[in-house]
Amino acid sequence: MKKKGFKKRIFPYLMVSPYLIHLFLFIVFPVIFSLVLTFHKWNIISSMEYVGFDNFIRLFQDRLFLKAIINTIIFLLVHIPLQIVVALVLAYLLNKKIMMRGFFRAAFFLPVVISGVVVTILWQQLFAYDSGLLNKILMDMGAGKVGWLTNKNMAMTSIALMATWKNVGLYVILFLIGLQTVPQMYYEAADVEGASSWQKFWHITLPSINPTIFMVTILSTIGGFSLFIEPYVMTGGGPLNSTLSAMLYIYKQAFEYYHMGYSATLGVFFAMIIMLVVVIQKYTIENEK
Amino acid sequence: MKLSKVILYILLICATISFIYPFYWMIVASLTPESLIGEFSFVPREINFNNYLMMFQKIPIWKSLFNSLFVALCSTSGVLVFGSMIGYSLSRLEFKGRDLLFFIIIFTMTLPFQITLIPNYILMVKFRWVNTFAALIIPALNSAFAIIMFRQAFKSIPRDLIDAARVDGCSELRIIFQVLWPNIIPTIITVGIISFMNSWNDVLWPLIVIRDENLMTMPQLVTLFAVGGRAEAQLGVKLASAVLLALPIIITYAIFQKHFIRSMASSGIKG
Repeated sequence: MKKKGFKKRIFPYLMVSPYLIHLFLFIVFPVIFSLVLTFHKWNIISSMEYVGFDNFIRLFQDRLFLKAIINTIIFLLVHIPLQIVVALVLAYLLNKKIMMRGFFRAAFFLPVVISGVVVTILWQQLFAYDSGLLNKILMDMGAGKVGWLTNKNMAMTSIALMATWKNVGLYVILFLIGLQTVPQMYYEAADVEGASSWQKFWHITLPSINPTIFMVTILSTIGGFSLFIEPYVMTGGGPLNSTLSAMLYIYKQAFEYYHMGYSATLGVFFAMIIMLVVVIQKYTIENEK
Repeated sequence: MKLSKVILYILLICATISFIYPFYWMIVASLTPESLIGEFSFVPREINFNNYLMMFQKIPIWKSLFNSLFVALCSTSGVLVFGSMIGYSLSRLEFKGRDLLFFIIIFTMTLPFQITLIPNYILMVKFRWVNTFAALIIPALNSAFAIIMFRQAFKSIPRDLIDAARVDGCSELRIIFQVLWPNIIPTIITVGIISFMNSWNDVLWPLIVIRDENLMTMPQLVTLFAVGGRAEAQLGVKLASAVLLALPIIITYAIFQKHFIRSMASSGIKG
């Protein structure tokens, strides 16, 4: 009887042990080791060398890292507002009484399920200067060619356009769910008052889907901070480092130059920035409510 | 009223074209001889499979398809099995530290992966897992998202069902997988699709831990093919590899699109 009680007490821990192992091995240990690495210089092969705060001093003098962070922020500033507006417009159209809603929804969602690598290879061709489809369309319309990926002031915006095209379908669905929760009687009441569709959108729809807008903002902020494969495949960070994202820079420091200590420092610092931005966003949302 | 409907459909159709046409263009371009790719916009003058044949000679694409499938299936099974066990423990078993553990799991979801990426690579080096599937599968066997989804699903099942099974002498594991699983099929589908897609689409981690071409996953191989010089700036060959990478997902999506949309939307909401 006593043995059974012991078994019963130990059993839940056995059940959660796969996660506990995972937690300590792949999360707790790495976080601690990351912090240790920030004080060391190490190329994995030779032994670790304690360097005090050198990595942090280097970080704050590293112009390229600053540029990579600014690039990432430029990406977010183009990507997030564009994504919210396009997703909202498409969701608004889909929410009308229409035929084939399921078909349209599935079409908008297609790029979401397809690998980012495929989308990037594809858009690299669409953006091509001489033979790309976008420039061909512009030429047919009588406009000049755009250096989508060759102009250093344009390249990050182009990548943000592509990312919006890839992800917007998911946010259309989220907004559609949000729109369907708006009580129909609000619109009926507004109709009685003789409100225009614009007034209805501004005063009823928009406030009701505020939570969705915030959710979309936070989701795409976290996603945008991880921007890596698109510039890696499309531009390699060029031209003139204008598409070097923070994540791409960390990757290069770690796996091209084997600066493990320094790249861990960059990783920790960048993670802090991400958490700070997300916390500020969440805090602003709470206050708005 | 009539006119606004017409405008509505025109807008929707334009949007649809902008999402689908690029994929159509990619598929047709991959079947077109290199010199003619720049010319067509809808129907090409000539079609052949030369780009594909050339790609098959250059990279082990079928091997990588198998690798990707194997890795994605293994990690998805792990996520389903472990996610259920832990989600069940958190919702239906009493033990000390349960609420703390749940809090920690939620917290790990907010932790940016940038902080653990480099130590995890070093761990793989020390375990001698670099260039093995273990590096791709084992860290992916547990998922906080899956645990939370399963916890939620098991909470919604009436207690009586579990008690009845216990009276019948079922072990807890049998309760989870034989009694409860049939009642939470939608959750299993959602978690399954999300973790399969996560594994299938991941490129960064494979790039870091796999260097041997024969062990590469499909997106990784295609990425390196597109970035490296081996496509010899041949557009058609690059596009052919991208088409082959997209095709399994396009086909699966065409059949199960409702499940895909529902699953990914719910992961967006929960995440």
